[in-house]
Amino acid sequence: MNIRYFAWVRERVGIEEETIELPGTVKTVSDLIAHLKSLDEYHASAFEEEDAIRVALDQVHVETDAEIGDAREAAFFPPMTGG
Amino acid sequence: MPVAPRISVQTQDFNAQAEADLLTNGRKDVGALVSFTGLCRDEAGTLTALELEHYPGMAEAELTRIAEEAIGRWPLTGLTVIHRFGKIPPGDNIVLVVAASSHRRAAFEAADFLMDYLKTRAPFWKKEHLVSGGASSWVEARAVDDEDAARWT
Repeated sequence: MNIRYFAWVRERVGIEEETIELPGTVKTVSDLIAHLKSLDEYHASAFEEEDAIRVALDQVHVETDAEIGDAREAAFFPPMTGG
Repeated sequence: MPVAPRISVQTQDFNAQAEADLLTNGRKDVGALVSFTGLCRDEAGTLTALELEHYPGMAEAELTRIAEEAIGRWPLTGLTVIHRFGKIPPGDNIVLVVAASSHRRAAFEAADFLMDYLKTRAPFWKKEHLVSGGASSWVEARAVDDEDAARWT
């Protein structure tokens, strides 16, 4: 699955984008976050304030209990501040 | 048939008058046109620029979803949304919403709704670059923006 990061989430992870193999146990966005946190200290630091992070699956906003299903791209970012 | 919104996510500046003209030229059914321009302010002289990061693809898709929702709620004759990204100095334009309708209420409300939803749902993030040369920092989302967006639900 393709994973993208934006704004301070991107800065903390240290990369903009990565492709990862999802373990079979990862079914929801929450599972995915738990998996990413386990990868290394940078991911762990990025997801430290989990409540402050927003998620999109295939470029549509979702909640963290959303099923990943056959989504090809997940993106993590802070609350938006455009306009 | 519902109108198709004009959506653009771009680095270059826009011309608000030219965009408004596109929604009125050659038409006689437009009775109201509301245009909102958001600019970069210097926060009392402390900012050299705002840097706008966006999620390419989703930014356009989300702006289109918000615009289509506005078109579903109000009888608009035209709707344009332009959002810039990249480094923007104080005084320069950031965002434009132009809503046209036969009557004023629909145009006012649609433009207001668009900005409220855009601020909380469109994937853009602002980073402040400081005159002092100090560390640049991400602008934090404000609870009042969520409250403004909740007015429309």
